[in-house]
Amino acid sequence: MTGALRNTTKRSAQPGFIWAAPATLLFATFGLVPILVVGYLSLTSWNGLGTPEWVGLDNWRALPNDPDVGGSIGTTLLLTALCWMLQTPLSLLLGVWAAGPQRSRAILSTIFFVPLLLSTAAITLTWLSLLDPNYGLAAALGPFVGVPDGNFLGSPDRALYAVAFVIAWQFVPFHTLLYQTAVRGIPRSLYESAKLDGARTISQFFTITLPMLRHTFIASSVLMIVGSLTYFESILLLTGGGPGTSTRVLPLHMYIKGFVGFDMGYASVLAVLLVVVGTVLSVVIVRSTGYHRMTSQREGMR
Amino acid sequence: MRHVLFGRVIACMIITGIVNCSAACGTAGPGAGSADTVHVWALTDPQNEPLIQAGIDDFNETSRVKLELTTYVNDAYKQKLQVSMGSPNAPDVFFNWGGGNLSQFVQADQVVDLTDALRQEPSVASSFIPSILSAGKINGKQYALPMNGMQPVILFYNRKVFSNAGLQPPKTFDDLLRLVSAFKARDVIPIALAGSQGWTELMYLEYLLDRIGGPDKFASITAGSVGAWRDAAVLKALRMTQDLAERGAFGATFSSVNYDNTGASKLLATGKAAMHLMGSWEYSSQLGNNPDFVNGGELGWVPFPAVPTGTGDPTNAVGNPSNYFSISSGSKHIDVATDFLLNTMSSVSHVTRLVDSGQVPAVKGIETQLAGTSNGEFTTFTYRLVSDAPSFTQSWDQALSPSLSSELLTNLQKLFLAQITPEEFVTTLEKAK
Repeated sequence: MTGALRNTTKRSAQPGFIWAAPATLLFATFGLVPILVVGYLSLTSWNGLGTPEWVGLDNWRALPNDPDVGGSIGTTLLLTALCWMLQTPLSLLLGVWAAGPQRSRAILSTIFFVPLLLSTAAITLTWLSLLDPNYGLAAALGPFVGVPDGNFLGSPDRALYAVAFVIAWQFVPFHTLLYQTAVRGIPRSLYESAKLDGARTISQFFTITLPMLRHTFIASSVLMIVGSLTYFESILLLTGGGPGTSTRVLPLHMYIKGFVGFDMGYASVLAVLLVVVGTVLSVVIVRSTGYHRMTSQREGMR
Repeated sequence: MRHVLFGRVIACMIITGIVNCSAACGTAGPGAGSADTVHVWALTDPQNEPLIQAGIDDFNETSRVKLELTTYVNDAYKQKLQVSMGSPNAPDVFFNWGGGNLSQFVQADQVVDLTDALRQEPSVASSFIPSILSAGKINGKQYALPMNGMQPVILFYNRKVFSNAGLQPPKTFDDLLRLVSAFKARDVIPIALAGSQGWTELMYLEYLLDRIGGPDKFASITAGSVGAWRDAAVLKALRMTQDLAERGAFGATFSSVNYDNTGASKLLATGKAAMHLMGSWEYSSQLGNNPDFVNGGELGWVPFPAVPTGTGDPTNAVGNPSNYFSISSGSKHIDVATDFLLNTMSSVSHVTRLVDSGQVPAVKGIETQLAGTSNGEFTTFTYRLVSDAPSFTQSWDQALSPSLSSELLTNLQKLFLAQITPEEFVTTLEKAK
């Protein structure tokens, strides 16, 4: 009897390979195989026509000589940092606020979540019109933020901030939703006992809400940081990477080399680079935050 | 070029599809239909699609093998064509831009040489304007025939803005510089420029190099000659271009202005800008978006101004000579496809359809026919501009290889924003392949 019970526990703790098979198969077909093909293409010269021609490490040797690759990595990192710094505080505060039970908050947050329902292309094209310095809102509102001519997307110094803003407008609702759900999951009893101990709202926020949101914070940050490595369509539609190369992030640089210049070999080098950077980044985040240990936040709770 | 933005949206949507698909899948697709059909690929375009279809319908009436038209959106088309050429799904007849775009396919042995077929029917080749026909030539052999209208770059201007200021459109480059100062003083943007897109900026460099050093300078760039980019005329053209931007000829916010959402055209039509250098398609675009502006006679046009110190002929033209049809060498019906191109592209019915749709076909002796149409004044001007031009230089971004032209456009944006000097521009492009 006890033996049988132990057996069951063991089986449910370590499911057999068969359970992982569908996911493994999917990942292999749509994840590993394309990566391997891209790895192979990075060693060839191919313009999309005919058969790829083996050139060994030529494409990789061209990497240090590409004047735009360093800049695009820098732009990617800056955009990642900007997006994180802009979106995290906004969505955290909005999420905590929206988690409240009041009816007004429910109505306002429903309106606020609308961008989630719109496609990236629709959002971007709308902002493209709004940011037009001649006929958009930019001309009218620009002077209030220190840009008298309303030249946001056309200025090499401001374009990236404008892009980060549009991306934030699109994604803050999503992260707000994450935080809102997490806040609602915090046990009431914690707040009740804090209240009994005389803690006020502000100190409740810092001593209960924030620590309890740790995992959500990490999950949302991972999504933002790894996601910002792949921001592509909004930038392509807003600025096309311009003016000049001011907003040309690494994925866009890869697209331009591959699908505008039809230099598939070199574009594959950039793709491999992206895979490496993305993997390293998410491993670093997950390791450094202890997220992989998945410790419980509910020790001793009922 | 005109549909870049829309194309980009589509490109975004299909890009994942293409990446995933190019490696593994190879079935399906319109090209894989019945083997007894000649597949014709062209761009989705309300102006050209019906008339190509009409030409195909005429041909199908008598032909044993039937033609079938499939159309694609601009950017998606380039990618689709690149992926399918050389595969069993390749089209038999395909739309292209001539020049560097076509040359890639020729180098991969994927295009049928039409030289011999044209020699047997000399009336076909001689009916086209030679400078336009030659953009379908690679290494002296004819691989493509013009299939629609010519699109030279023209300096458009707002007549009302000019007459209010008591000024005349420029004849020389010095006139243009004087106009820039005059309009700046009146708080009007001298020249509208959709500077968020490099190809609009390229038009200045194309014309200035041609005016300063003649068409040979760019011909040696296309030929890949050593030192072609470092030529004194190229550097001078680059300096003059950058100087225009620094003088504020394009206003302070040109790099935010987009052509695809008609931003630049609207500046001209509303009188916020005085001039606009653009391909001849600007006329039909203005007619569609701002009909009162065109019908009220406020839209004016002149050739690009002369540079008296230069050696180039001021009557030379620059732009998109035309679009072309070519035949892929993998086609099972090369004879039928050749027959279609030779008998349709210069035929009276096709030319009439082009003229009726407001285009200017690349065919000799159609002036009276053009003058009779509703936009006769403009189409006759375009026709004379091209047919009187000793040389017609194809837009550089179409004449050069795709990788070189994407490098060119990026660096041109940097040049306009004064992020790089003409010397740095030249050094970067010398290294680009």
